[in-house]
Amino acid sequence: MKEEIKITSHFVVPKHEILTPDEIKVLLDKFKISINQLPRIAEDDVVVKEIGASVGDVLKITRASLTAGVSQYYRLVVREQL
Amino acid sequence: MADMKEVQSIEFGVLSPKMILKMSTVRIARAELYDPDGYPIDGGVMDPRMGVIDPGLRCRTCGGSVGDCGGHFGYLELARPIVHVLYAKFVYKLLKVICRKCGKLLTGIREKTSLKEVMKTANKKCQGCGEEQGEIKFEKPYSFWEDKAPLNPMSIRERFEKTPDEDLELIRVRIRPEWLIITILPVPPVTVRPSITLETGERSEDDLTHKLVDIVRINQRLKENIDIGAPDFIIEDLWELLQYHVSTFFDNELTGVPHARHRSGRGLKTLVQRLKTKEGRFRSNLAGKRVNFCARTVISPDNNIDIDEVGVPEIIAKELTIPSRVTDFNIAMVKEVVKNGPNVWPGANYAIRPDGRKKKITEESRNEIAEEIVNGWIVERHLQNGDIVLFNRQPSLHRMSIMAHRVKVMPYRTFRLNLCVSPPYNADFDGDEMNLHVPQTEEAQAEAMLLMQVQNQVRSPRFGGPIIAPKNDHISGLFLLTRKETIMTKEEAAQILAYAGIDAELPDKEKIAGKEVFSLLLPKTLDIEFQSTWHKGKAEKEEDSNVVIKDGKLVKGVIDKSAVGSEEGAIIDKIDKVSTPQEVSDFINKVSRLGTAMLDTRGFTVGISDNDLSDEAKKLVSKAIKKAEEDVADLIDQYNKGKLEGLPDRSLNASLEVYIMQRLAKAVNECGEIVSSHVPENDTIFMARTGARGSLVNVTQTAACIGQETVLGQRIHRGYLNRTLPHFKKGDLSPISHGFVGTSFKAGLTPFEFFWDSLNGREGLMDKSLRTRHSGYMERRLVNALQDLKVKYDMTVRDLTNSIVQFVPGEDGIDPAKSNWGKFDVDNFVNMEVSKDD
Ligand SMILES: [Mg+2]
Ligand SMILES: [Zn+2]
Ligand SMILES: [Zn+2]
Repeated sequence: MKEEIKITSHFVVPKHEILTPDEIKVLLDKFKISINQLPRIAEDDVVVKEIGASVGDVLKITRASLTAGVSQYYRLVVREQL
Repeated sequence: MADMKEVQSIEFGVLSPKMILKMSTVRIARAELYDPDGYPIDGGVMDPRMGVIDPGLRCRTCGGSVGDCGGHFGYLELARPIVHVLYAKFVYKLLKVICRKCGKLLTGIREKTSLKEVMKTANKKCQGCGEEQGEIKFEKPYSFWEDKAPLNPMSIRERFEKTPDEDLELIRVRIRPEWLIITILPVPPVTVRPSITLETGERSEDDLTHKLVDIVRINQRLKENIDIGAPDFIIEDLWELLQYHVSTFFDNELTGVPHARHRSGRGLKTLVQRLKTKEGRFRSNLAGKRVNFCARTVISPDNNIDIDEVGVPEIIAKELTIPSRVTDFNIAMVKEVVKNGPNVWPGANYAIRPDGRKKKITEESRNEIAEEIVNGWIVERHLQNGDIVLFNRQPSLHRMSIMAHRVKVMPYRTFRLNLCVSPPYNADFDGDEMNLHVPQTEEAQAEAMLLMQVQNQVRSPRFGGPIIAPKNDHISGLFLLTRKETIMTKEEAAQILAYAGIDAELPDKEKIAGKEVFSLLLPKTLDIEFQSTWHKGKAEKEEDSNVVIKDGKLVKGVIDKSAVGSEEGAIIDKIDKVSTPQEVSDFINKVSRLGTAMLDTRGFTVGISDNDLSDEAKKLVSKAIKKAEEDVADLIDQYNKGKLEGLPDRSLNASLEVYIMQRLAKAVNECGEIVSSHVPENDTIFMARTGARGSLVNVTQTAACIGQETVLGQRIHRGYLNRTLPHFKKGDLSPISHGFVGTSFKAGLTPFEFFWDSLNGREGLMDKSLRTRHSGYMERRLVNALQDLKVKYDMTVRDLTNSIVQFVPGEDGIDPAKSNWGKFDVDNFVNMEVSKDD
């Protein structure tokens, strides 16, 4: 029997959310950057596939941090790099 | 400034034979270097048309002299083509995707893709000509086979020549593949392989030249043999030899072939060896460069200079200079130093006129030049007191390994530094040497002063606490001063303060406590409470067990490592939080001098008799050890009878080991307790218990018992079959036979015990050297990965393309060098804000 495993339900995987276009604009304006200056995540990343994000989406990642308690991070979903 | 353009792209490629011919000036055809008269032979490997290396001569190609002429390439026509070893793997990949007959790409893909992709899907049969493809095999470093038959470079080249350009474009290969099979070998200019003339007049040639001579010689022999129609096997052998020589000319550390060697047996340093490794061109000459205005010598400690000073020997101060532009403000000083000349400190070595002419100041010319000097001249004056210099000790593992100090010129030949700055440099004085650099411009000096001066480095970004702090004797002295027993007359107190160079008002009393003397150095507003090292781990509370400082007065407790020591000193930490960097460094200077002043008046002596145990204590120690040995014998007995109960997840055997180790460790702990309760208070114990130097473990091992020696954390098991040494019975599990040392260093070790201690000592040595190498390499990788990262003004961490790496530095935005042990100190912040309102 094959069991479906949801990686996002594992406790070490931080929360990933897809930003709306408005939220992306706010983010880019805040740091005065173009979308390509964001950190990246590959489209075939397991989490990306699981939450149904596609190339061009920006993910907001909320993770537990050793130094700050909770920290926020953003990643742009990109096509797999060579 | 020159017109600057941004580099759009760089393309690396391979030289075509045509290009090689075009860039060459000479055809090399002769293996001899010089004629009998010692002149280089035309057409030889040292042909003078390839550049000049002898000063005075002019280049026969471009007419330039040494320095102007960068040299010119020659070329060598190879009698047979050979594979470029450094591209052999690429050649292999290409062979696998190119048809053996028509040279077309073995793929149906007709759009741009990658070589990797085509290799995955390469056809067995060519769709162009229908030819069945053989199996290509590659053996390092440069041999190829097709269906078990050797494939020689000539046929590979023929195959590659047929490949159409369009096919190469598909797999993004921008060169002609046949260029990877060398037919014309470029001969590098003599300027990159200069020969040196020894004192004997003998010429010594560069390794590259030696290799080139080999290549030319074999090439000639091959050519002759082909011309006379020699048998195939001879030609094959020579061809192979030519391949070997050209390959080792590129890289002399190829696996699978012997390295080319000198007659002496030393391996030749060829092209790849010139570039590779720490000593290679990249890391040694491009990534790192030698600098001027620096000095290096042995260091020694000096308690009488400040922590932000460095003692510079006069000899060095006279060699290192700073260019001073002459103005109204300094003309008097400059004239004075020029008059002193180059040999009297503070003097000057050179004077530069406004037109740029540089004049050496000599004993004869010094007065004349001093007269001549007006505003606008630049004088290279000696290093003087107060100049800002950078001081460094390798390995430079963190930013405090290079700090800015103020110069203090001193006699003798060593750099002097205050003991309190030895922790950040990780320096001791057993022969350590340090480097000193002199910033030459005002900007550089200002920058060094603001960012790198010792005062600004007191708090380490590694753990967010003070790293520059008193140690050793300072701590012993402060402890002795601040004990409640220390009460002195006003005269004695004044004497100590004067000795320490401290100007402070003593309370007007007959008898003054040491605590009161210490309190003179504290800021008047300081309030702090903490536990002293002296009382750490002690259950019962004594009067002095907690340190209490109120309104800048030491009310209770002794001052020791946890008060002022490196990495934990609570007082230094607190002062650093509430005062300016200058006040912190003043405190460290004064408090450390006060410590040594105390020792200088009281005296401080340690000796082996400090570790003497009373007869009673000795009895207790041997009883504790004997009891432990009996208990262990019991355990072994139970084990042998099969009555021993194992630990979960461990074999019975391993469980026994654990039990034995535990029991013996307990015995050693007991010894420690016996020692600390029976050894009378003396200076050795003071040092151990205040954290000044050594520990109670050291005292215990010297006085009572050394304990279990381990290898890899286990009792010692290695040696003979079922026993460690032939002196024991097989299967002996007793403590003595497996590394337990029940005697003390003072009592002396038995031969067995000495052997166990040596095993353990060897492991420690190995560990240390392995660890330093390992961490050095980790450091290097980390530096390479992080070197371009920068915290921008918007508090984002960016890489060199300005892309974001972190949205908040370190996720919490805290500068560890300004943190409270890595965290934000809320209480201190609130207190500072509140006190601002008063
Ligand atoms: Mg040393
Ligand atoms: Zn030239
Ligand atoms: Zn074909």
